[in-house]
Amino acid sequence: MLARPEPIADRYSAWRLLTESLSSNRGWKPAWRKPEPKPAYDVIIVGGGGHGLATAHYLASVHGITNVAVVEKGPIGLGNAGRNTTIVRSNYGLPSNTRFYEWSLKLWEGLEQDLNYNVMMSQRGVLNLFHSDSQRDATARRGNSMRLQGVDAELLDREQVRAMAPFIAIDNPMFPIFGGLLQRRGGTARHDAVVWGFARAADRRGVDIIEHCEVTGIRREGGRVIGVETTRGFIGAKKVGVAVAGNTSRLATMAGLKLPVESHLLQAFVSEAIKPMIDSVVTFGAGHFYISQSDKGGLVFGGDLDGYNSYSQRGNLPLVEHLMGAAVSMIPSMSRLRVLRQWAGIMDMTMDSSPFICKTPIDGLYFNGGWCYGGFKATPGSGWCFAHTIANDAPHAFNADLTIERFRDGRMIDERGAGPNPWAQ
Amino acid sequence: MTSRRLPAGGLIDRSKTIRFSFDGRELSGHPGDTLASALLANGVRLVGRSFKYHRPRGIMTAGPDEPNALVELREGARREPNSKATEIELHDGLVSRSQNRWPSLAFDVMALNALAGKALSAGFYYKTFMWPKRFWETLYEPLIRRAAGLGRAATEADPDHYEAMHAHCDVLVVGSGAAGLAATRAAGEAGARVILCERDALVGGGLLICPQHQAWHAEMLAALKALPNVEILPRTNVFGYYDHNLLGGLEQVADHRREPGEHEVRQRYRTFRAKQVVLAAGASERLIALPGNDRPGVMMAGAALTYLRRFGVAPGENVVVFTNNDSAYETALALAEAGLGQVTLADVRPQSELAGVVAARGVQVRLGTEVAGFDGKVALLRPRGGTLGDPVVADLLCLSGGWNPNVQLASQSGAKTRWDATLASHVPGEPVQGERSAGAARGLFGIGAAAHDGAEAGEAAATAAGFQSKPGFALPELGRSEQALAPLWEVKAPGKSFVDLQHDVTAEDIRLAHREGYAHIEHAKRYTTHAMATDQGKLGSLVGAAILAEARGEPVEAVGVPTHRPYTMPVAVGALAGHTSGAHFQPVRRTALHDWHLRNGAAMQPTGAWLRPFYYQKPGETGWAPIFREARAVRSAVGICDVSTLGKIDVQGPDAATFLDRLYINSFSTLAVGKCRYGVMLREDGIVFDDGTTSRLGDEHFLVTTTTGNAAPVLEHMEFHAQTVWPELDVQFCSVTDQWAQIAVAGPKARETLAAAVEGLDLSNEAFPFMGVGEGTIAGVPVRLFRISFSGELAYEVAVPSSQAETVWEAILAEGKPFGIEPYGLEAMSLMRVEKGHAAGPELNGQTTAADLGMGRMMKKAGDVIGRVLASRPGLADPGRPRLVGVRPVDPAQRLRGGAHIVGEPGSGTSLGWVSSVTQSIEHKCWIGLALVENGESLKGQRLFAVSPLHQESVAVTITSPHHVDPENARVRA
Amino acid sequence: MHLIPCPYCGQRPQDEFHYRGDATVKRPAPDAGEQAFYDYVYTRENPRGWHDEWWHHYAGCRQWIKVRRNTLTHAVAASAGPADALPEATP
Repeated sequence: MLARPEPIADRYSAWRLLTESLSSNRGWKPAWRKPEPKPAYDVIIVGGGGHGLATAHYLASVHGITNVAVVEKGPIGLGNAGRNTTIVRSNYGLPSNTRFYEWSLKLWEGLEQDLNYNVMMSQRGVLNLFHSDSQRDATARRGNSMRLQGVDAELLDREQVRAMAPFIAIDNPMFPIFGGLLQRRGGTARHDAVVWGFARAADRRGVDIIEHCEVTGIRREGGRVIGVETTRGFIGAKKVGVAVAGNTSRLATMAGLKLPVESHLLQAFVSEAIKPMIDSVVTFGAGHFYISQSDKGGLVFGGDLDGYNSYSQRGNLPLVEHLMGAAVSMIPSMSRLRVLRQWAGIMDMTMDSSPFICKTPIDGLYFNGGWCYGGFKATPGSGWCFAHTIANDAPHAFNADLTIERFRDGRMIDERGAGPNPWAQ
Repeated sequence: MTSRRLPAGGLIDRSKTIRFSFDGRELSGHPGDTLASALLANGVRLVGRSFKYHRPRGIMTAGPDEPNALVELREGARREPNSKATEIELHDGLVSRSQNRWPSLAFDVMALNALAGKALSAGFYYKTFMWPKRFWETLYEPLIRRAAGLGRAATEADPDHYEAMHAHCDVLVVGSGAAGLAATRAAGEAGARVILCERDALVGGGLLICPQHQAWHAEMLAALKALPNVEILPRTNVFGYYDHNLLGGLEQVADHRREPGEHEVRQRYRTFRAKQVVLAAGASERLIALPGNDRPGVMMAGAALTYLRRFGVAPGENVVVFTNNDSAYETALALAEAGLGQVTLADVRPQSELAGVVAARGVQVRLGTEVAGFDGKVALLRPRGGTLGDPVVADLLCLSGGWNPNVQLASQSGAKTRWDATLASHVPGEPVQGERSAGAARGLFGIGAAAHDGAEAGEAAATAAGFQSKPGFALPELGRSEQALAPLWEVKAPGKSFVDLQHDVTAEDIRLAHREGYAHIEHAKRYTTHAMATDQGKLGSLVGAAILAEARGEPVEAVGVPTHRPYTMPVAVGALAGHTSGAHFQPVRRTALHDWHLRNGAAMQPTGAWLRPFYYQKPGETGWAPIFREARAVRSAVGICDVSTLGKIDVQGPDAATFLDRLYINSFSTLAVGKCRYGVMLREDGIVFDDGTTSRLGDEHFLVTTTTGNAAPVLEHMEFHAQTVWPELDVQFCSVTDQWAQIAVAGPKARETLAAAVEGLDLSNEAFPFMGVGEGTIAGVPVRLFRISFSGELAYEVAVPSSQAETVWEAILAEGKPFGIEPYGLEAMSLMRVEKGHAAGPELNGQTTAADLGMGRMMKKAGDVIGRVLASRPGLADPGRPRLVGVRPVDPAQRLRGGAHIVGEPGSGTSLGWVSSVTQSIEHKCWIGLALVENGESLKGQRLFAVSPLHQESVAVTITSPHHVDPENARVRA
Repeated sequence: MHLIPCPYCGQRPQDEFHYRGDATVKRPAPDAGEQAFYDYVYTRENPRGWHDEWWHHYAGCRQWIKVRRNTLTHAVAASAGPADALPEATP
């Protein structure tokens, strides 16, 4: 299904790195150009985050559509693509999700070669811990669902968890660890590199990445989209795909649509760099806490939403206190480590915690959004499916269920059963 | 190693000696020293290795900006990696180690990285390590991870404690230099409640190294001490500025000692809710990029002055001071006055008003001069912009590239920063919250200027907080105004010029990032990792931005600075957690019978917020034995169980019945007084929300019960609808969960047991039938009785005022003794509910409809019901959806697994549903389960397979009714 | 920690409240049909700026209050009781 990578003029390689270093690294070209917008394109992708750039890359590489512009209001990759905790996994229980995320994980597994860019995809494993018999049963339901669909999953008991992650307080008084579900193929990737890698690959195939170009309107004519109004003027397009995590409702409003989406704040944290301590990604069901260690050595962790609609990217202390309490409860030796930085992103929270990649009632207008806090791992799969949907004006089987109509039809994809309460998901 | 301690001077107590160790070497210092000053006094020059190239590094600063001197502090469970030697107060027995080196600090194998320097340019890892594919996880990445990461975390739980304290004040002042002290006093004298936070152990900031203002400093401290409305918090760093004028801080209560005293916290997390804030956090001196600017022996000029004056330590002998501004002249002068060796001052500016003054004291002044390289022994001086240089012997190179106001907190508050061309730096812009900056924090340098500005800011803050200001205290003279600095970011010459010392980012790396298109400051920062280390780029962030600006051909201000976010200084995770971790992570709820359970061998387990008995273990019992014993007692005789955790909501009013009719899919208006009924409520989206029995105690009086987990959400749901959707309904309700303990008495002998205990109520089947509700007394205590059953046996629930729960419980136990009554726990209850086929948490999982659970027919024909409309959407009304059924293994010896999937054939990948709950049935003597299976209704009697690939198990099962015991429901009516 | 002005209890810290969300959507009449209930439960304006929303003072007076809060700045402009209206508009 993947197109063969075309030869890229300035391919990266160890040899090249060496020869460039001998000429003081003067020969490297910009990873992507800074072109002026053309009057019109076949496809305009709104949003220069991971999903938008991936969409452009797959439009060009899989579908041969290269007359494409990605328009981004700021510099690329500084929204959620540059603010996440870099976790990659496909450990979903509902088939509509598993199908999609597993395809995304397969793309991750070949991404470096596809992009000729080391995105540091590291399959160090994702371990979901559970804390009671009933949580174990619900987790086993998910793991077995994955296995039936051909996705890797293993159920670990207490002792296996202890052996794999000795730093965990297995006998935590309020949340004793009963075991865990391990997906070994899950892991982390370097978020910025994913953005830059997709940008470079798309650019080399002719895609125009237009930064500092904010979309202010979606121009329609007779029920059909004809282009976008931007801060750099009108740009015509036969098709427009929107992938603007955090701001999906605003773009929808420009097109006269109203979505089952609320924007919420999610905070993330990184500690000072330390020598290797936590090898895989670990998530704690009960304490609302997840953690991994970056290659640089920082512990990267996060938890729940702040819990109210927000576009502010400013975190608040109650969540911080709760999260640090969870951290020390689960990993007591974290207590003396220092947290270096905190940041926050805006999540498009849908009413069932699952995303949409779909057509809209307006011809030629496509939406990709509602990623809640799971957008990063979806990046290649989302771009691939969105490109397919735009190119064919019809979804692929991987994203056929990820519609907006599912809410109207009562076919929600609600993994946790939290219902239409974004703050509770 | 010779002592570098000067014969006199400094704010240290020379009468006392403190012993400490660094890399196993026993050294000594004095109270008042930091680890850094003590190391310098002992002649230790090499203190660490850098992140990437493992280059040798020395002490660079005297404060939180320190990029190099990071150590592992303390040992064992108290080990703290990456501790800044410049911030550690020396204490007796202090143990410290250098980090990121192997095998030793002096000889580090990884320093070979430096040889490959150019190939390890910014972002090199993005361009390689891609072949062969699997080598990333197995080879490259483990090597990278091992090499990175600085110090080692402790491996044990932290033995220390932390606490949180929340303060309110009229004016919060951050920083206690001249500006902060003056602001505090001005606001304090105006009558405002003021809190002054100072990061340092000593109050005074820049005054601590200004001998000429000693008297004013002392007078200010005395005056502040006399103000009862002023609180001064030393060792307290304000780390974040949040919404609604709330600031977060960290007080280091006991870090200056070896370990905290008994019952003393190590650190205190503080929040400050301030009406007004004065930010007087001073300024940070910035680096100049030049080859060798990372060598041991390079130090910021201000830091050198601090070591001389505050700690009485000579940071070097022969010194070159390189500056573009006036401030470093004081360092040069102080060094010359200390009489150590030759002091040379290189000023890039062509002229300086101070040149004559310092030259007269022996400083060799070279104007229009720059330093083009330093190797730790010799500095290369040359005319500004020239090519040829002359070597000057120097063991210390002091740098001053100007000063950046500490705008972090102002920026975090939401205020935009503004570029000040005179300072070549960012200063705070228009405030958006109740704050103002003062002194050096807004670019006003010099003690006099800062003091005057601070007094004005304090006065203004007090006025804004509603106080009439009348400050009347003396301020230092304004002093001479400084000569303008000459912006200088980099001296271009061959060699590595660093802009970020901890992450080994060079000026060339920044230019490479630009060449490769990472020209936005955020891209360049992320590509090179510039300004992302534990020093947060305080020294070189702006230098890197300026070099990027030059590459872009734009002025520095066009580049902007990365957004400031918490934390101004890194904060211990444990401090932010406070006491709310481990056993105290959340409040624990205990029932009124908790102590009885503990006395009687209960294995207590957390379930949500509650602690509940899982079973009562008797000597010799293992595994399922106690659970079977308890369940058998109920099935064959009688058992007693604490069910107090169920939510109980008392509902009253003329419209109570109407209200409940809208909440539940079935009717309560038709319920007779003295009866109870099982009810199901939906969310508005048509999914099952909760279930429970509701009793009618009077015409206008109901008692609702909820599941344990949903007690609070159901009450909020009821309040929302009563208050906002149907305010016209006359109904009142409140939670009575804690007021009533509830005791289930179940089993064929339940009636006989209770009949002996209860007075005032006829328990015969005729007088008190199934679903009856009545009142009586037990042991003289008034009780309510409900004839309801979760186990499937003849059963009652007894509600008793919580304070008398144990009396009633004991009375029932006593009457049940002849029948062999057994207390039973959650596990036995769960076993019996699966046998009986009652849906519980695993089935009411937020994904199921009433019809899925076999309760679709409960929906009343007409009337407004929450969830009715959306439950009829096609996806939810689909008859093919998974339905609740029972499953039993065809071979009774095989075990069932919760979470197994139901498939048609063992090898099939098509799931028809899943097993939601399992137990070992005492009635069937095999595993049984409940499952949700597509078209389950029509599959009854059929043979399918329960597969658990996670366990490599496949079990042939028969689909049955969910009611594994007594499907006719005869027992409960007996 | 935000401060929420409860019309009954005064300025109180945010952790005494539970959040629900958009207070501009009204539960339709029982016979209004699926689309009306779909809009009530699912679709949201989700504005970037002033937002009227429900907060429940669960650790206080247990009233569901309406709060006008700015989703971009977190500033709070007004609050009202469950059956009361918020002021017309906030600039």
